Amino acid sequence: MTWAERWALLVEWAPQLLEGALLTLELVGIAVIVGLFFAIPLGLARASRHWYIRAFPYTYIFFFRGTPLLLQLFLVYYGLSQFEAVRDSMFWPFLREPYWCALIIMTLHTAAYIAEILRGAVQAVPPGEVEAARALGMSRRQALQFIIMPRAIRIGLPAYGNEVILMLKASAVVYTITLMDIMGVVRTINSRTYQFEMFFLVAGLIYLVVTILFTQLFKLVERWLKVEASRKR
Amino acid sequence: MTPPALEVRNLHKRYGDLEVLKGVDLVARDGDVISILGSSGSGKSTLLRCINLLENPHAGQILVAGEEMKLKPSRDGALVATDSKQINRLRARVGFVFQSFNLWPHMSILDNIIEAPRRVLGHSKADAIAAAELFLEKVGIADKRHAFPAQLSGGQQQRAAIARTLAMQPQVILFDEPTSALDPEMVQEVLNVIRALAEEGRTMLLVTHEMGFARHVSNQVVFLHQGQVEEIGTPEEVFDRPGSERCKQFMSSHR
Ligand SMILES: Nc1ncnc2c1ncn2[C@@H]1O[C@H](COP(=O)(O)OP(=O)(O)O)[C@@H](O)[C@H]1O
Ligand SMILES: [Mg+2]
Repeated sequence: MTWAERWALLVEWAPQLLEGALLTLELVGIAVIVGLFFAIPLGLARASRHWYIRAFPYTYIFFFRGTPLLLQLFLVYYGLSQFEAVRDSMFWPFLREPYWCALIIMTLHTAAYIAEILRGAVQAVPPGEVEAARALGMSRRQALQFIIMPRAIRIGLPAYGNEVILMLKASAVVYTITLMDIMGVVRTINSRTYQFEMFFLVAGLIYLVVTILFTQLFKLVERWLKVEASRKR
Repeated sequence: MTPPALEVRNLHKRYGDLEVLKGVDLVARDGDVISILGSSGSGKSTLLRCINLLENPHAGQILVAGEEMKLKPSRDGALVATDSKQINRLRARVGFVFQSFNLWPHMSILDNIIEAPRRVLGHSKADAIAAAELFLEKVGIADKRHAFPAQLSGGQQQRAAIARTLAMQPQVILFDEPTSALDPEMVQEVLNVIRALAEEGRTMLLVTHEMGFARHVSNQVVFLHQGQVEEIGTPEEVFDRPGSERCKQFMSSHR
């Protein structure tokens, strides 16, 4: 195949590739944002002094971190339909859609990791800073809201950025349940054109570009939150 | 007669089997500056930390301006707050200056100072800032108001921490070795601020190893030994004519 023919193929499939990239971005973007919201109560509960509050997040995190994303995806997409109760439930219209399955599982999966990041960050807030808040008369709640959380967010931000990039790459598994993400589109092109290496390379480039985008975005957020200035010497 | 600004009665504290405070009594009247001396491990920090319940004592009473902290025994035997609202209210009136400053590094110096007055006392942001500027002026770092703690020297950080405490208008201020974490050349600037506070007539408890300063600034000195008040009196009494053998030894080894 000549370079001209390769180029023509690439141009021909460019719209689909772009759509694939957008779907990947959408899935990852929603999962890591909604996942963050789930992770806040989970992570705080995980850092609780009381075992009965820690128990649920502990189990949740144990399950979602201890099994592969692909398996979780299959369990929900293929597994849940075995149950009549699920098929009859109001959730079925969602659960039978690969898009919703992927979104739900990715969100729950990343929430477990983010919760763990958050727990680590909350526990990394120096106790003296919390004591200072309490000694000034702040209640537990106020100390949590005004000191511990803002501090933990800055401590945990780099790890969260890392998790977003890990999720970006992990999201490639969703093509196995027929979703047309970057990988899904590339697999389709593979089977239509019998071109493999070239489109795998293109897929790799797209992932790299999106990674750079996310990295830059996190740099902006770090600057906005003055993470550097708040680092101890 | 008005009640003392701070009163501690028969305070006991232990860590596991280690008895750290074995019945400490202390009274600070308005304007008192009480220095607390003692060798390392004698329980000085524990005493201060128990007073505003950063540590839970096992027995005793703590009164702030005559109001007793409501405490009840917990399952492990330590006394905990019965009414957390009351404790928060009383804590707000007892300032604490830490050896390691404990400023919040993600906030500017000004934000460090206005945070508690806004959240705890409900002051407006404008009022809190106006007050904070006065305190920054007083401790001599008005030009640093927009800096972050990490950009300040240790001495400046400690002065910012003192301003943060002052902003709550506390009845009593507890200092736990406020200059021990500082490079020698910065000790004096912090001591000067504390001296100025003493001259204003503020009530303070000061744990320090700066003997000359303690003698000069306080009207009462307490010598703590193994969790007990071994000697108490005016600076002259405790420094020059200590009754107990241990206090004598301590004084001669800390000239
Ligand atoms: N959190 C703690 N757990 C166990 N032991 C402690 C703790 N804090 C202090 N201690 C012990 O209590 C004693 C008194 O400590 P402290 O009040 O810090 O003494 P000082 O401030 O006079 O040097 C020491 O023996 C110390 O090891
Ligand atoms: Mg100490």
